[in-house]
Amino acid sequence: MKAIVPIKRVVDPYAKVKPTADGAGLDSGGAKFEINPFDEIAVEEAVRQKEAGRFTEVVVVSVGKGECEEQLRKALAIGADRAVLLETQEPLDSPAVAKVLSEFVAAEAPHVVLMGKQATDDDNNQAGQMLAAILDWPQATFAAKTDFAADKATVVRETDSGEETLELPYPCLVTTDLRLNEPRYIALPGIIKARSKPLEKRPLASVPAPKSSVVSFAPAPARPPGRKVGSVAELAQAIKDRGVF
Amino acid sequence: MSLLVICFDPSELSQVAGFGASFGTYDVLLLTGEAGNAGASKIHVANLVEVPPADNIGKSVASVAANYTHVAAVSSMRAKDLMARVAGINQSAMITDVVKVFSETEFERPMVAGSVLARVKAESTPIVMTFRPAGFDKTVPGPNGSVESISISDTGRVKRVSTSARQGGRPDLSQAKFVVSGGRPLKDAATFEQVIGGFADKFGAAVGATRAAVDSGIAPNDLQVGQTGKVVAPDLYIAAGISGSTQHMAGIKDSKLIVAINKDGDAPIFDQADLGIVGDLYEVLPELEKALS
Ligand SMILES: Cc1cc2nc3c(=O)[nH]c(=O)nc-3n(C[C@H](O)[C@H](O)[C@H](O)COP(=O)(O)OP(=O)(O)OC[C@H]3O[C@@H](n4cnc5c(N)ncnc54)[C@H](O)[C@@H]3O)c2cc1C
Ligand SMILES: Nc1ncnc2c1ncn2[C@@H]1O[C@H](COP(=O)(O)O)[C@@H](O)[C@H]1O
Repeated sequence: MKAIVPIKRVVDPYAKVKPTADGAGLDSGGAKFEINPFDEIAVEEAVRQKEAGRFTEVVVVSVGKGECEEQLRKALAIGADRAVLLETQEPLDSPAVAKVLSEFVAAEAPHVVLMGKQATDDDNNQAGQMLAAILDWPQATFAAKTDFAADKATVVRETDSGEETLELPYPCLVTTDLRLNEPRYIALPGIIKARSKPLEKRPLASVPAPKSSVVSFAPAPARPPGRKVGSVAELAQAIKDRGVF
Repeated sequence: MSLLVICFDPSELSQVAGFGASFGTYDVLLLTGEAGNAGASKIHVANLVEVPPADNIGKSVASVAANYTHVAAVSSMRAKDLMARVAGINQSAMITDVVKVFSETEFERPMVAGSVLARVKAESTPIVMTFRPAGFDKTVPGPNGSVESISISDTGRVKRVSTSARQGGRPDLSQAKFVVSGGRPLKDAATFEQVIGGFADKFGAAVGATRAAVDSGIAPNDLQVGQTGKVVAPDLYIAAGISGSTQHMAGIKDSKLIVAINKDGDAPIFDQADLGIVGDLYEVLPELEKALS
């Protein structure tokens, strides 16, 4: 079975990000870029399936600028077999990413697409479901556990009130949640080996126009400064004084 | 302009009026349960026994949605699962976690773990949205104009083998007035349940947790509050043994009063809490329970 894992290059999730003075963009103060954490979990899961003999090939793909190569290399170092960068300078929203990926996936014809539930920069939580919709594939979002058997995929997924188990026919699309696995530490040999794995750059002639765009960014309103109290009695009184109790 | 709000069960009906008012009138599609007041012009009642997997009803819901320029649902995991699928089917624009409506095409939403608010413009209709009710007036909805039944078909392609929902009768986190959350120092599931759960039950509060607590098996996943978990908006949020990471704070910003209990006086949560006390949660919580009782 072949698996495709789409990955997004995002600013380090621990970086402090704020709007630029004119509100037109974001300033992350020169922070590093990473694989979107949920996508790293997806790569890890696919590689584990390969190591367990379930998947035969793991292909990672990213849509975006040339810099995404860095994250694709990291995915190769985790253990993916080959990488493709669908290269464009154009801005993309989740529907556009889904559309571009749908053509790539249709051509590659994998059994499974494994991807992140949400990008930690835009926090959209859209592209996976949209890709599944365009392909008309079954989906299981927010996976906490997977079992890719020969005839069907079984996915335990997180729900608002607990979890549920779904069975999906192939081909299918699965998005990852945090409990699925803990991505491995990448040791030096993996990084060296990744240098010789195939990474193909394909310029995109055009990408679909975004269906939405950001007009401006504002800082999230700061809470007025709070205060520390000296004792539990004082705390209880202060809570009561605020009339919320 | 026409708005359809999709409700998964009747508990969501009371949360749509504030949002819906920004659009004038609206219709509701209720997937399970019986119609109640939602202030809708028309409520379509699908009467499903339970909400099927998103894949199985996506097309059927999308064909109802196709009659409207705007389609929305209260933000939740099930809403994100289904609504983005519907958006994909109908080739819609989609805006996740709307907290403010500026116009029919411009909305405000948090991004990057709530550190910024973006004004987002949809370039085309149809527009699919999920919204956070806390951002809107708590209008009590009046009766609906009309109630009609509608058939939503289930393809059965994806099979739900089992579900396990936590029982326990505690209030729903995302709607609770009082939330008590615990972090990594709660040690193990039994301690968490006893210390945080016990305190919460005393006051009929909901229980929340950090990702660190969920990751270490201290708390169940559906209690995770934050960027990638639930968003809460209670009158009172007590954070016990929680450092105050950006990702956690993203889920509690709409709380009226945030109280932090942390034994490290320099913990970042003290910069963002309204009231803080430096101390050991195992000592402070029992004392606070007594003082508030
Ligand atoms: C992509 C991504 C998404 C994430 N999403 C979320 C999310 O949705 N929600 C979330 O919560 N986190 C999320 N995180 C994780 C987040 O960055 C933090 O790691 C996490 O919130 C820390 O949890 P914590 O405060 O329980 O643990 P810690 O950071 O370990 O803090 C524990 C705190 O307890 C204090 N303490 C210790 N013992 C005691 C005691 N006896 N009494 C009182 N205080 C004590 C310590 O001083 C410390 O401040 C995410 C991270 C990433 C990368
Ligand atoms: N530019 C991109 N290239 C490849 N995959 C992407 C891209 N953007 C988003 N994705 C995938 O879609 C998921 C959801 O993204 P989003 O809808 O932006 O929250 C991510 O976790 C990635 O797996």
